[in-house]
Amino acid sequence: MSSYAPEELLACTIARLVADAGHIAVGAASPIPATAAFLLKLKNPGLRISLLHKRSGNPFTEGTRELFDLAGQGRIDVFFLGGAQIDGEANINLVRAEGRRFPGSFGSAFMYFAAGRTILFREEHSRRVLVPKVDFVSAPGWSPPAVERRGGPQALLTGKALFSWQKERRRFRLESVHPGGSAEEIRADTGFDYDAPAQVPVTVAPRAEDLALLRGPVAVEIAKNYPEFARRIWCSASS
Amino acid sequence: MSLPSNRTAVLADPDEIARRIPNGALLGLPPDNSTPSMAAVHALIRRGAKDLRLLGVPVLGLSADLLIGAGCVAEVESSAVSLGEAGLAPRFTEAVERAQIRMRDATCPAVHTALQATEKGVPFMPLRGILGSDLVGGRGDWKVIDNPLRAGDPILIVPAIQPDVALFHARWADEAGNVWVGRRRELATIAHASKRCYVTVEEFRPGDMLEDELLAPGVLGSVYVTGIARAERGAWPLSLVGVYGVDDAQLRRYAAAAKTRAGFEAYLDEFVRTGRAARLHDRAAGR
Repeated sequence: MSSYAPEELLACTIARLVADAGHIAVGAASPIPATAAFLLKLKNPGLRISLLHKRSGNPFTEGTRELFDLAGQGRIDVFFLGGAQIDGEANINLVRAEGRRFPGSFGSAFMYFAAGRTILFREEHSRRVLVPKVDFVSAPGWSPPAVERRGGPQALLTGKALFSWQKERRRFRLESVHPGGSAEEIRADTGFDYDAPAQVPVTVAPRAEDLALLRGPVAVEIAKNYPEFARRIWCSASS
Repeated sequence: MSLPSNRTAVLADPDEIARRIPNGALLGLPPDNSTPSMAAVHALIRRGAKDLRLLGVPVLGLSADLLIGAGCVAEVESSAVSLGEAGLAPRFTEAVERAQIRMRDATCPAVHTALQATEKGVPFMPLRGILGSDLVGGRGDWKVIDNPLRAGDPILIVPAIQPDVALFHARWADEAGNVWVGRRRELATIAHASKRCYVTVEEFRPGDMLEDELLAPGVLGSVYVTGIARAERGAWPLSLVGVYGVDDAQLRRYAAAAKTRAGFEAYLDEFVRTGRAARLHDRAAGR
């Protein structure tokens, strides 16, 4: 069995969740989702990746509004969002909590509605982050029927577990726990209630062939845009 | 007030731009990856600018954190303020937590839409999504209306925003006062929507870029450009795509220093308040 970094497990898990997408967009400061997208691109050259902050060869020529215009028309299948807080109704908070200020909502209040679907992603899995109710709704997890909304959450991936979103029940369901963890630990570290099967599977480990791709061509691509991250995970430097 | 449409002024340096930006101005700024004029930001700090209101189009980073930390800012409207991979913007974070500045939280497409409304000279524009976000309640100026063309369809409208001044860095200005922004069209949007526009440029070019069919699509016409000044390496430590990259080490240095007030002041002394910043620009430019 090969060893792997936690970030590699997360990237491979995201890649499985969005393997059927035709167009994946990646926003600010999201090296792990970007890693997943570039891994998929190697297997599916037809996949379109729009990396908002791509330093060289950026896909946009109309300025940063083009990402939102694309999404508004339904041309983006998958987007990624995180949160200083995420609650059990999939609301996300990027603004403030417990007297602390965070950077701000970015495009979340729009992209959560407009992208075909959104993967919620946050490495920290704690009761501080996964709360019963967010202190501030940057973007709501669901909307009443009268509100036009194309997409919403598909899944919530953390450093410890994977949850799916159940749109009809407006609740998360625990799908798997990452290697080394337990269902009890996830229950203890999660501030909101969620559904879970009687036996919770272990998150599938990265395959050796995927790890080889990550450490080779994907690392080179990521280092161009997320040099700090690439240095930390793969000790690779941007050319 | 009528908008200026006369000849673009050629100014001596970024400090002369800073002298023409009045205290209290609403300043439209691009994000860190879209060439803020760091040279003019440094000059505003040297001038001791006060009560500026910053509009992030659509987000802000180093430029805003420096201005906030230096006490130049009363209010920020932005979708986010952060240093990207280098982490939180420390002076912004502290100023908001201590209620030293007013924060008007926005979301990226709302800022773009509000500027596009001004470009078109209409009072507001609608956009999808956002309903159910606490951003709406936090903003007295955003309204939810019923779609007048289709009943039972609530939709958000945002008012047009007209900054007093657009300020950014670009690669070239020519003898006609045109500025080449290339693909960074948000720079053109900010300029179109603002009453005045000051630009620092890497180089002056002879002639008129509008006569070059390959350059013309990336040109901001001089009708929008109030004043230009040369500032080599004017985006440093940020990048000017195609000319020089981000100085990641300097950004990390800033992020670490600005965690404390004393560290921030030392950074200002070393890189902003003295002539050292200009010398570093020169050194980076290989002079």
